[in-house]
Amino acid sequence: MPGTSQGRGVRAEVRSAVRAPGFEDVVRPHLGYLYAYAVRLCGNPAVAEDLVQDALLRAFRGFARLRNREQPRLWLTRIVTNCYHDRHRADPHAGQTVSLDADVEFDLFDKIIEEDPFPYSDRVHLDFLRLFDDTEVIAVLQRLHPMYRTALILAYVYGYQVREIAQITRRPLGTVLAWLHRGRKQLERELWEHAVRHHLVTEGAPA
Amino acid sequence: MITCKEAVNRLWDYLDRRPEASSDPELEEHLGLCRHCCGELEFARQVRELLRKPGGATELPQETRARLESFLENLEGKR
Repeated sequence: MPGTSQGRGVRAEVRSAVRAPGFEDVVRPHLGYLYAYAVRLCGNPAVAEDLVQDALLRAFRGFARLRNREQPRLWLTRIVTNCYHDRHRADPHAGQTVSLDADVEFDLFDKIIEEDPFPYSDRVHLDFLRLFDDTEVIAVLQRLHPMYRTALILAYVYGYQVREIAQITRRPLGTVLAWLHRGRKQLERELWEHAVRHHLVTEGAPA
Repeated sequence: MITCKEAVNRLWDYLDRRPEASSDPELEEHLGLCRHCCGELEFARQVRELLRKPGGATELPQETRARLESFLENLEGKR
């Protein structure tokens, strides 16, 4: 159980944390959101739960510094994001990603036209996207570079603006824009490759 | 007029803009004339929606919620 493995040092630290009335009330309404975000980041329910616990502990320790207790979501999002990135740095096997430059020229819209996987459809692009259910979308996201994945999820799932993503990840605006740009390209390629790998479409089929 | 390649390059950035941000007249001109790139624009919107696709995978299971809530209570108790 992750809660007990934290050790005595942590417990002592928690005991001495600044008194922060209402931590539970502030955080509880956001548990569902935090869990969904964590699942999208790490692609696995057990790891996501562990990540949320890590984040809750860190949030608890920093709660006294939270100014706006009415709207803790950005703050909580930043903590989950940091916990996630710290783990990634610690895990040498994490983020086995494809080469970054191979994706720049790939255009999924054109690829679908070229390969024409649904010859009898007049909405091939929509048909292609309908191949993916929520679980598959999460699996495809796991194939992306972790920073690209983070940026895409924050921008397109949760609607954060670039400026907010820069705050959450503590990186300059230009870096976030580059993540989004390359992330979209990598996403397009990975969507196609997932479909080929799972035989949802056939690449290079005779016309 | 800008090329299709250039138009496609700018599409997502165009979509990301807030309404109050400045527009991209070159891109808009291109989109007005090019069916291919209109298709790209629509597709870019659909891909963004795909990322939001709802489903059971992101729903917090009852048992997990219970564990997280008891974790929260323990944190409070240790103060």
